[in-house]
Amino acid sequence: MTFIENFPFFSILLSLGSGVLTSIMNKKAARIWNTLIMLVIGSLSFVLLVYLLGTGESFTFMMGHFPAPWGNEIRAGALEAGMALFFVMIMFLSLKGGEQHLDEEIEESKINLYYIMINLLLSSLLALIYTNDLFTAYVFVEINTIAACGLIMIRQNGRTIEAATRYMIMAQLGSGLLLMGLCILYDITGHLLMSNIKESVALVYAEGTYNIPLIASIAMICVGLAIKSALYPFHTWLPNAYGNATVSSAAILSSLVSKGYIFLLIKIFYRVVGFDIIVDSKIINILFVFGLLGMIMGSVNAIQENDIRRMIAFSSVAQIGYIYMGFGLGTTMGMVASVFHILSHASSKSLLFIAASGLTDVSGHSKKFEKLTGSGFRNPIAGLAFSIGACSMVGLPLFSGFISKLLFAQAAVQLSLSKLLPTMICLAISTVLNAIYFMKTVLRIYTPVKGNREKIEMPNKGKYTFTLVCMIVINMILGCCSQPIVDWIESGLAIFG
Amino acid sequence: MGPNLLVNYGEAVAMILFGIGFSNLLLQKNLIKKIIGFNIMDTAIYLFLAEKGYIEGRIAPIVVDNITSVDKYINPVPSGLVLTGIVVSVSGTALMLSLTIRLYRRYHTLDLDEISTMLKREDRS
Repeated sequence: MTFIENFPFFSILLSLGSGVLTSIMNKKAARIWNTLIMLVIGSLSFVLLVYLLGTGESFTFMMGHFPAPWGNEIRAGALEAGMALFFVMIMFLSLKGGEQHLDEEIEESKINLYYIMINLLLSSLLALIYTNDLFTAYVFVEINTIAACGLIMIRQNGRTIEAATRYMIMAQLGSGLLLMGLCILYDITGHLLMSNIKESVALVYAEGTYNIPLIASIAMICVGLAIKSALYPFHTWLPNAYGNATVSSAAILSSLVSKGYIFLLIKIFYRVVGFDIIVDSKIINILFVFGLLGMIMGSVNAIQENDIRRMIAFSSVAQIGYIYMGFGLGTTMGMVASVFHILSHASSKSLLFIAASGLTDVSGHSKKFEKLTGSGFRNPIAGLAFSIGACSMVGLPLFSGFISKLLFAQAAVQLSLSKLLPTMICLAISTVLNAIYFMKTVLRIYTPVKGNREKIEMPNKGKYTFTLVCMIVINMILGCCSQPIVDWIESGLAIFG
Repeated sequence: MGPNLLVNYGEAVAMILFGIGFSNLLLQKNLIKKIIGFNIMDTAIYLFLAEKGYIEGRIAPIVVDNITSVDKYINPVPSGLVLTGIVVSVSGTALMLSLTIRLYRRYHTLDLDEISTMLKREDRS
């Protein structure tokens, strides 16, 4: 075993441990420490990614002293390492971009608590990405939920507490279903490690003796994770939570937290149940229908919204619909498109949230559209970044959103008419709806206002500009050089099973 | 299905309790009742796990009198899962209760819908 194979474990332990350490630090120390940890974990993940792309294989890492069927395991392949790197990057940029708001909106003494939550969230995301054990996944899903709840309610006002309560209720419903599904799966197969469960599930499915409990447990897991990642009918908590939390939290919640659960679901599809059985069980058709519904309804709600943050939040509902629609296509192509959309949505959504905060800052801290008129002139970099994020969401070429829509369409044309038609029609409608509300906003922020045209200087502008430029670059890289990324996703999914 | 249901009555009870807890958490308006529902739901899962791990006529998996034969003890893994699950659900309950206290101090009600209405009124004014 080479030393590099310890890196996933180091990353998880580092962020988990620094969560504990940050509690005794003051604000400044906590911030520096957190930055350092993120840089370390980012570089560890990068080295791991390069190493795994070189070997082209995955490895399992034994946690503790018990071998495979009993002990706990970590598994890493190129896809996991790349995801970890991407998540750390987006989290780092979202934090840096919203730092100014953190200082303004959160009490001085509570800022180090914020960094505890961030570290716990990061460690749970990394654990969800790397773990090979279902029950460990459940425990870290819960840690993720609690940390996310903390991120919402750290800014204390009535709205955020109500949003956090609603979030907590929906999340507990989801984790109840997830846990019940896992328990039934454990009873049928007698294992908790993903690879062992997959072998037993294949045997049980071929025999056909426990098909109903098996399908029921898979359905429970799917619904549970769908609730937690805010698939359309379960999205009610989302707009309030994203709209009122401090901007870093909103960016991290929309681009990372829901994606962690979705990545776990992909792992369960490929590594626990087996993709063939999932396709055969017709469960993905249900996800397909709700994904399509989400694509349309999320956008319709976003059009009616009069608050820029809530509009972006509703747009998240639509984009999560896209991801589930990709699952529902039931082919590897559809899965690749979904994974690409995870990346694309995470990069554009965090960009939009951070840019929107810059626009509201120069408009008297109001999130209402009337006040935002002309804000693109008052804060040029935020205006530019918002326009780029909007173009990416609508799906213009050069930006990442275009590639994911292209991949979805390519995956859909290979299917029978019954899935091809709804996919294409909904993609078209959703794109038009996206264009309506995003272009409406872009036009509004670039509508000149008479008289008051002076630029408003923000303190700490350098850091903010730097993060926006980094996010734009990530978005453009995803949009312009997509082929190597798609190849990486394909090879990663191929060694997933 | 019929005979299995009678043999596995413990699991059936667990599933019914899970349903009761789930619908309470989803449908009750009162926050405290919601939390009670949440606890019923989680406890039902632990009952289910305990039922699954128990083997008739065997003892708890603690080695006494140097008996190391596997056939003497029940399956210890579900018990371990229950312990982990209890820790998780306790922290979830604590967090939800603390949120409830904060909401009650601000709005003097436990009804989540009523709180939403008050928030909308706050927004307009």
